Amino acid sequence: MSENRTLMMQGNVAVAEGAIDAGCRFFAGYPITPSSEIAEHLSRRLPEMGGKFLQMEDEIGAMGAVIGGSLGGVKSLTATSGPGFSLKQENIGYASIAEVPVVIINVMRGGPSTGLPTLPSQGDVMQARWGTHGDHPIIVLTPAGVRETYDMTIRAFNMSEKYRVPVVILLDEIIGHVYEKVTLPPPHTIETIERKKPDEPLEKFRAYRADESMIPPMPAFGDGYRFHVTGLVHDETGFPTNNTQKIEEMLLRINGKLDHYRDEIVEVEEHIEEGSQIGLVTYGSSARSSRNAMRMAKEQGIPVSMLRLKTIWPFATEEILAFAKKHKYLIVPELNLGQVKHEVEHAAACHSEIFGVNKISGDPIPPTDIFNKIKELS
Amino acid sequence: MDYFKYLRMDKFPHIWCPGCGDGIVLKAILRSVEEMGWSKDAVAMVSGIGCSSRTPGYVDFNTLHTTHGRALAFATGLKMTRPKLNVIVVTGDGDATAIGGNHLIHAARRNINLTVLVYNNNIYGMTGGQASPTTFTGDFATTAPYGALENPFDIANLVVAAGASYVARSTVYHANFLGKLIMQAMQKQGFSLVEVMAPCPTAYGKINKKGTPSQMITDQKKLAVRVEKAKNMTAEELQGKIVIGKLVDREMPEFVNNYERVIAQAQRR
Ligand SMILES: Cc1ncc(C[n+]2csc(CCOP(=O)(O)OP(=O)(O)O)c2C)c(N)n1
Ligand code: SF4
Repeated sequence: MSENRTLMMQGNVAVAEGAIDAGCRFFAGYPITPSSEIAEHLSRRLPEMGGKFLQMEDEIGAMGAVIGGSLGGVKSLTATSGPGFSLKQENIGYASIAEVPVVIINVMRGGPSTGLPTLPSQGDVMQARWGTHGDHPIIVLTPAGVRETYDMTIRAFNMSEKYRVPVVILLDEIIGHVYEKVTLPPPHTIETIERKKPDEPLEKFRAYRADESMIPPMPAFGDGYRFHVTGLVHDETGFPTNNTQKIEEMLLRINGKLDHYRDEIVEVEEHIEEGSQIGLVTYGSSARSSRNAMRMAKEQGIPVSMLRLKTIWPFATEEILAFAKKHKYLIVPELNLGQVKHEVEHAAACHSEIFGVNKISGDPIPPTDIFNKIKELS
Repeated sequence: MDYFKYLRMDKFPHIWCPGCGDGIVLKAILRSVEEMGWSKDAVAMVSGIGCSSRTPGYVDFNTLHTTHGRALAFATGLKMTRPKLNVIVVTGDGDATAIGGNHLIHAARRNINLTVLVYNNNIYGMTGGQASPTTFTGDFATTAPYGALENPFDIANLVVAAGASYVARSTVYHANFLGKLIMQAMQKQGFSLVEVMAPCPTAYGKINKKGTPSQMITDQKKLAVRVEKAKNMTAEELQGKIVIGKLVDREMPEFVNNYERVIAQAQRR
């Protein structure tokens, strides 16, 4: 793959190649449609790169294994779909509280339960944010194409390493399985971030003591720091505490990391059409339908703008408010019953009227559905 | 031997009840680490959730207290990315065979080089004495007020059947013998497990009228039968006994070593 980097590539393979280019050298997972190509591709590619692939006995174990792998100092990835994403939740919470960098791919399929194994959905947006119990930090990205999936996988690793938070990428069956022509950047031009390591001597080291960056440096097991990691609420030493002040301090810090770095985490793509009264707020595969609908509207002389959420959590509240102020109507097309629409309503703070275009049949959103809504409102 | 050099003394007093068997297991582990000559930096101790799983908090190694039942999954990932670390897993009977049962049989089947200590107290200690998969039929627990109906697991034999390289059982009464078995488990390249019968006087002893903590431990002496002797005994004679000793010790390819060969092969292509 190193010489010719222009090729036809599937979304799931873009995850795998993005992970390798980000420096990921450990994958653990459990097969599930429509994500299995990620595991299959990495089972072949990782050993070529000196990395390791592990098919675990279930998704709970896979999530545990990648946290263990990351504590060993190696960037680690797991990939799954709805039912497996549900199983991973407890240990995703563990990664949040213990601040272990990991990247989790969820190639969304229709739910609930076994649902629609081979058909697309965007039904896990809320689960990605709130699937594990308790207040916790998590970053969630939503790519809309193959090249973007590759880029976002690298970005996911970089953010996970930098902020010490789990990062989820929500693909859906469409993005995971679509083939597109991509030209990948030469490997040496790719910017990768590694977790900050401590430079203090062991006696001074406190595994969860953070400076104003809010992010404690993180040695690997075996580096000579002999620290303790637990899913219990702990103080800066890493050991459990019942001191209510320390409990609050720690929980505010891990949750506050995302507020502190919000502006560099939240990414949107805005496309403003002169004189538009109608704006589309969109993400993932729905953005592809939205683009087509915009084009159809433009051909009919109706200007429509678009705000595409590349980072879906933390939510782009400020960007949406600004977008809402410019538009009388916002349309939120999604492959669920309005999970993001509700958030948009919140963010728009009554500056515009919000409509959903929703599909849960396993079909992608027909651009005409969005276009019809546009016509109705214009 | 100086146990203190391995302990995080500022974490004491420990949470274990007076008379709990868990501390005896801890000491046996430390003696074995000393004999192995492992540096503290080269040891990782991984646990799940339970009284037994609190062990890592007290030892000055790289320590990882995971989620209930998942210690082996975390340990597997760690061992894969840090093969040089000596990874010791400590877990309870509930942690290892109820919620974590799937990981237990698969880690054994995979034959990954981990040293596993299952502290078997036949009860859920930490949560106050609910029935566990090793609670004997008819014994009482807070969730078995009429006596347990289910059959208990034989953990050691379960793991033999699942394909581990090394499996042994001891009691805390036989503390020196226990240390010897743990040493052998640590020396073994492959999945190695020692089941330790570690009485819980608080959550198991009281409700089942097993007497004082010291009586529970000395009773182990009466109940224990060496594996060599047990071979010539009938199932009836073995009823209620604890078979101690080495159940299996076999040479088999180890998973991470195998994987290193896969890497070499993939890189040659
Ligand atoms: C997912 C989950 N379920 C339940 C619990 C509650 N819980 C904590 S420890 C435990 C049982 C521990 O029993 P065992 O593994 O035998 O260890 P012991 O305390 O007896 O040493 C349970 C059920 C939990 N922490 N997490
Ligand atoms: S409850 Fe039982 S297992 Fe837990 S510390 Fe007390 S005696 Fe030990």
